[in-house]
Amino acid sequence: MILVFCELKDGQIRKPSAEALSEGRRLADASGKKVGALFAGASCAGAAEAAKFGADVILTAEAPTLASYSSDAFATLLAEAVKAKGASVLLAAATAVGKDVIPRAAARLGAGYASDVTGLSMVDGKLQAVRPVYAGKAFATTTFSSAVQTATTRPNVFPAAEKAGAGTVEALAAPAGDFKSVVKEILAKAGGKVDLSEANVIVSGGRGMKDGANFKILEELADAIGGVVGASRAAVDAGWGLPHSMQVGQTGKVVSPTLYIACGISGAIQHIAGMSGSKFIVAINKDPEAPIFKLANYGIVGDLFEVVPELTKAAKAMGIGSN
Amino acid sequence: MKILVALKQVPDTETRIKVAADGKSLDPADVKWITSPYDEYALEEAIRIKEGKGAEVVALSVGGDTAKEVLKNALALGADTAVLLKGDGQGDAFAVAQMIATYAKDKGFDLILCGNKGLGGDNAAMGPMLAELLGVAQANVVVKLELGEGTFKAEREVEGGSEIVEGALPAVITAQKGLNEPRYASLKGIMAAKKKTIEELDAAAVTSGAHVSALTLPPERPAGRLLPGDAAGQAQALLQALKDEAKVF
Repeated sequence: MILVFCELKDGQIRKPSAEALSEGRRLADASGKKVGALFAGASCAGAAEAAKFGADVILTAEAPTLASYSSDAFATLLAEAVKAKGASVLLAAATAVGKDVIPRAAARLGAGYASDVTGLSMVDGKLQAVRPVYAGKAFATTTFSSAVQTATTRPNVFPAAEKAGAGTVEALAAPAGDFKSVVKEILAKAGGKVDLSEANVIVSGGRGMKDGANFKILEELADAIGGVVGASRAAVDAGWGLPHSMQVGQTGKVVSPTLYIACGISGAIQHIAGMSGSKFIVAINKDPEAPIFKLANYGIVGDLFEVVPELTKAAKAMGIGSN
Repeated sequence: MKILVALKQVPDTETRIKVAADGKSLDPADVKWITSPYDEYALEEAIRIKEGKGAEVVALSVGGDTAKEVLKNALALGADTAVLLKGDGQGDAFAVAQMIATYAKDKGFDLILCGNKGLGGDNAAMGPMLAELLGVAQANVVVKLELGEGTFKAEREVEGGSEIVEGALPAVITAQKGLNEPRYASLKGIMAAKKKTIEELDAAAVTSGAHVSALTLPPERPAGRLLPGDAAGQAQALLQALKDEAKVF
């Protein structure tokens, strides 16, 4: 069995989890295996949706003690489920929780782990993963030597394809005992927008923005085309009051949106490393020699303070982002 | 309080990546090695705890002779002692976690700090694996850490914000940018570090979970095109191209 740990948000499967589950289904079809989707929480209402993405079995661990995420309790739950079901592959999306729990569960199982993968396949009955290393400057093919193989899938890379599965629901017992650590409180960022790592469209600003207050024009463009705003390290480190959570790059977030619009970003290796996985890249920069243009599908040599507001205006006129 | 800081030596971010003749490893020629930046936050946090409430700080790295540079720097910054586990510190995270766990168990560490990921390998796995192997609590991608009596309270970055994790010590805490602002080594620190020795031990024999079987460079992106005209014309042309050619909208 290929077991996929899935997260729910507001009673729905999170998109990155649906992507991981779809990929699990594809791998299972290629190797004649079954797919199990595993959910945990105070309530697993909404887990039935996993059948839409190909789950043969839906495993639910519901308990008041699982209301808040606990690294060790969830790792125990996952490892026990792998053993009970005889699963050979354990997957999850490379989300904050996925990246926290899968390596811990892997260590419990004596299993190898490939994180944040962008490609998976089954070779001779074993998982093989492709993952970006050196922040996208190279790709490593990862081969496993352990009986159980584990991986987390990078959001926005694998399609969430609908394919009906039997979706037989089975209840799992929650881990007993004292949990070593528990999440006590969630501090939401103002605005509640989609995180950069999951965003489909990103409008990013660099040193050329000149001041943090000028990011307002990027916000306006992002709002018009349904995107979120990011920043280069140069902008975050410039003391303009931009939070590190906005930073795209090797020491910030690595993103893979459909569209990445780089405004006033020269294209330092550090930054390129974080966004070169974007499907379409647009560069807006005054300097025609800026390295970012070598990467861009579309380039605009010009003053971003003129071009960006024109883009917002034109997007509104064309009705882009309204669908 | 006894703190272990695990430090990894990694290629500098400006390194141009070349694949070695074996087709699966990094060509070490021209690589400038540095301490992984996330590990610098971990070390700084340990030194601040030492300065605040008092602690013994042990710096550790897994690697060959070149990794001693990382440890010398850690000693100059304020680590009390340094340990080099001689072994492959660049490979499988599970193997490295086992090496460190074998060293650390039974040594009475209250806190183990490391970066949330090693720059370059980007596995983000060694910390949680080490926590599991030692049977202790973990908090990853931490931007704020408070210690109580045998407890910790950590703020960690998650999608769209952050969350507060509370747990019992001992614990493995992995650092994220924002946790602190690492200091530079003082001349006095550098001189004092020269008098200290680095303890060298053979890393434990371990079983690897996964290995890199091929390393390839990404395909070149196709040449793009520049959009001509004034700002309004460029904006119009871009949106039209994104709609018609790229089908983004």
